[in-house]
Amino acid sequence: MTAPASPARTGVWVGIATITMSFAAYTSALLVRQGAGSDWQHFRLPSILYFNTVLLLVSSGTIELGRRRGYAWLIFTLGLGLLFIAGQVLAWRNLAAQGLFLATNPSSSFFYVFTVLHALHLLGGIVALGYVLVRLRAPTGGPPLTALGAVSLYWHFMDVLWLYLLVILALRL
Amino acid sequence: METTATSHHAPPQGFLRKYVFSLDHKVIGKQYLDLALVAVVIGMVLSWLMRFHLGFPTTAVPGLGKLAPTAAAGGVITPELYLALMTMHGTIMVFFVLTTAPFAGFGNFVLPIQVGAEDMAFPRFNMMSFWVTFVAFLVLVAAFFVPEGPPISGWTAYAPLSAIGKDAGPGLGTGQTLWAVSIALFCVGQLLGALNFIATTLDLRTKGMTLMRMPLSTWAWFITSVIGLIAFSVLLPACILLILDRVAGTSFFIPGGLVVSDRLQPHSGGSPLLWQHLFWFFGHPEVYIAILPGFGIVSHILPVFARKPLLGPKVVLICLIAIAFLSYTVWGHHMFLSGMNPLSATLFSVPTLVITIPATIVVLLWIGTVYGARMRFTTPALFCLGFISVFVSGGISGFFLAQPSIDTYLHGTYFVVGHFHFVMGVAAMFGIFAGVYFWFPKMYGRMMNDKLGKLHFTLTLIGVYCVFMPMHYLGLAGNVRRYSTFTDDYMKGSLPLHRFITIAALFTGAVQLIFFYNLIHSRLRGAKAPDNPWQATSLEWSTSSPPPFDNFGGHHPVVTHGPNEYGVKGPTGDYIMQASSDQPVTS
Amino acid sequence: MGRLFAVVLAVITIVSAAIFIARIWWLPPDISVLGVGIDHQMTETMIASGVLFVVCQLVLAMFVWQYGDAGDARPIKTFPGGATPMVVIATILVSAEILVLTLVGTKVWGGIFLSPPDPSALHIDVQAEQFAYYFRYPGPDGKFGAIHPELIDDGNGNFFGLDPANDTAARDDIVSASLVIPVNKPILLTLHSKDVGHAFYVPELRIQQDFVPGLVIPLHFTATRLAKEEIVCTQLCGLGHYNMRAYLEVESLGQFQQWLKDHAP
Repeated sequence: MTAPASPARTGVWVGIATITMSFAAYTSALLVRQGAGSDWQHFRLPSILYFNTVLLLVSSGTIELGRRRGYAWLIFTLGLGLLFIAGQVLAWRNLAAQGLFLATNPSSSFFYVFTVLHALHLLGGIVALGYVLVRLRAPTGGPPLTALGAVSLYWHFMDVLWLYLLVILALRL
Repeated sequence: METTATSHHAPPQGFLRKYVFSLDHKVIGKQYLDLALVAVVIGMVLSWLMRFHLGFPTTAVPGLGKLAPTAAAGGVITPELYLALMTMHGTIMVFFVLTTAPFAGFGNFVLPIQVGAEDMAFPRFNMMSFWVTFVAFLVLVAAFFVPEGPPISGWTAYAPLSAIGKDAGPGLGTGQTLWAVSIALFCVGQLLGALNFIATTLDLRTKGMTLMRMPLSTWAWFITSVIGLIAFSVLLPACILLILDRVAGTSFFIPGGLVVSDRLQPHSGGSPLLWQHLFWFFGHPEVYIAILPGFGIVSHILPVFARKPLLGPKVVLICLIAIAFLSYTVWGHHMFLSGMNPLSATLFSVPTLVITIPATIVVLLWIGTVYGARMRFTTPALFCLGFISVFVSGGISGFFLAQPSIDTYLHGTYFVVGHFHFVMGVAAMFGIFAGVYFWFPKMYGRMMNDKLGKLHFTLTLIGVYCVFMPMHYLGLAGNVRRYSTFTDDYMKGSLPLHRFITIAALFTGAVQLIFFYNLIHSRLRGAKAPDNPWQATSLEWSTSSPPPFDNFGGHHPVVTHGPNEYGVKGPTGDYIMQASSDQPVTS
Repeated sequence: MGRLFAVVLAVITIVSAAIFIARIWWLPPDISVLGVGIDHQMTETMIASGVLFVVCQLVLAMFVWQYGDAGDARPIKTFPGGATPMVVIATILVSAEILVLTLVGTKVWGGIFLSPPDPSALHIDVQAEQFAYYFRYPGPDGKFGAIHPELIDDGNGNFFGLDPANDTAARDDIVSASLVIPVNKPILLTLHSKDVGHAFYVPELRIQQDFVPGLVIPLHFTATRLAKEEIVCTQLCGLGHYNMRAYLEVESLGQFQQWLKDHAP
């Protein structure tokens, strides 16, 4: 090998590039769509989103603790991730209760598209973290530290992506 | 996970693991090529039907009346069937042939071996990439079997025609939804593939394989995967939004106040141009996804048969990278007449013309490589030379279309059809043919029949020129595309030329039977292939034909030379292999 | 085999080029003011890229003819000067061509799409639908009635969704299925679509423009000769796309005014 190879890390970086690109596309779609029609309705974001944001930020800290201090923190991170998704579900139900559905207005359409896609991507991270946890417990395989590093990189990216989406949604909706 | 990528993996056991859900990049590459083969047969038959109808509008296609009793009553193709054929032909060819074969197919088989790796970085993702693509293909083909038939909105699926639903016409109900789902899945498959190509090229190169020693074919696949990564991650969102407009009642692409089939559509405020921008932001780079692997294949193969180094390999590389960059600045040239700001038409026109500079340089370097060569005219060599010729022909007509003032006349005519079929269809196909004839011995351990290959090449070359050159004449005369018949006053004059093209197309199609025969016969009965039948230098020729499951038999090749060492005094002839000090493995 | 390829390639090149040069298939005669510039630009491009096409193909054929492996010990030769001349030639030639074509072309393009229409232009409103065009003249009051999509009713002949009962401007609007215009008079069209994307293409006018649903797109031109030509749709619009046509009738001013009178509602 010409360089210390870490395909897992490279893979996550490439994945980050892909996801960034696709959310850039969604963002430009939002800007064009908002400019194209005169039917854009603004609405207040459900306040639970801010609570969810705190959960996700904390989980980024705990995954780092997990990398240094061990297993329990990783399980805690996993729990926080699931809690975040549960919180997002509450946010959707809150909007639905206000009569704002996917097709109600372009603003609500984009809200659902952004948050659902982010949640799906985070679910991917949760599955990957779960996989690493199982592997860590397996008696034969050594600790897949590169894999854990890659998962935590992805996890932080989910964090950054969420902050970005929150800012866009708060500014535009 | 750390260990899967770099360590020696065990040979697969069982039929399913070996041939179906295989993790081996070589098997996956062959699966992609087989998928492309099935797709190209379907796509070609569809184009025959279209051509038949254009040449002989009132004649029944033998047998078609029985096959499609409603869409082609009595065997004569109806307008909706024509548009369905056209849409499916374009979609199948662009996505499932021109993307899968040169990029995913050859790239998967050859790239890891050329960099000296045992497999791709993420074999499981690689397998998923193929099977997701396969499902995407099934979903698309399923559109033939739904009650209203396949979509009729073209491979570009312009909104709102593609977004409104079944009010807009036959095939725009379920068929169009299947189309959008298929393309979304396809994007996912190709993103997984591109991820693998990039990580493998960056991280799994063997000792001594510096970036500058990588063959240009590997470089081209690497650059293509970077383009693909960006392009498909924009097309995927576009398809998701389209699906939502269709099934969830959102209005991303559908403006308000539309009356379709006497019904005021329940949408408001959407932007049809948004779809065009997203689509072409993917769509133009897609042209390079189809053609850049061909550039790599020709740059890799031509020196092998010229028996001399490629002229200016570094310049070629710089040009490939420049083309990749520029490909993201030109998408607006598909939209000169779309009502976008006319000033931006000029802005899009300039990079479109500028992108011809690196392309011209590469073509001249290829031609300069033939100068003073000792060309061995094997079938792959001929297809490389043919590639240069058709790429020049297709590239030059781009000069016309890149200028908004001339596009004003030629946009939407057969000139465009001739242009993109030459440059993206035929040139890419010639690259694929060159690759098949070149790597077949490595893939199956048997040689293809060279005499049949040459016959196939010569007739195909003549055929494609007879099909696509006259389309430029039609375009100049103002003959518009996407029309199912040209029988009334306006178009009558073009009918003889259409008839000529039809006959040429059927002939060229028939010639491909020689290729299929050669392919199947050689797979079963071809002469045994030696490890390095072409006296080439790159790593795939340092291993056995076909290579063992881990490519080099548990051995890591050590690279000491670049891929371009031809016309020199080497140990076994006029070339030096990249891993020349290594003991080649034979299993 | 190499020589066979070289001959085939040379024949293909010469035949293809000869058909272009002989203009066996060529643009129909131009009937517009701006067409002259476009035709000029077309010819320039044809010559420049034609020369490039013929030279590239024939040089390739020549090299292939010359440099086959005859089995002798002839040494290989590198192209004189290596890669540099190729880079220089390609860059200079293509850049020069781009520069010239862009400078001239932008002027032509600007004449169609960047310059404002003549203030005296005759304004005609065009609505495209699956699979027809309808043209609307403002009538003696010079004003178009407002469009109400919910009132559109093809069966009733209300293609534009006009409301003459409540809208005085709509009462004298003339709606026609063909585009009748006076010769040598600047024309301004405003293009909008009722349903999906369409296009307005008249090869003889050298003009093509998309209709985009949700947008109103202006287009202006002046016809210089009496003529009756077809307007065709070039944007795939569905089932009847192949049949979406209308006539452009260029008449003398007197004939045109008579036509307006005859068609007043």
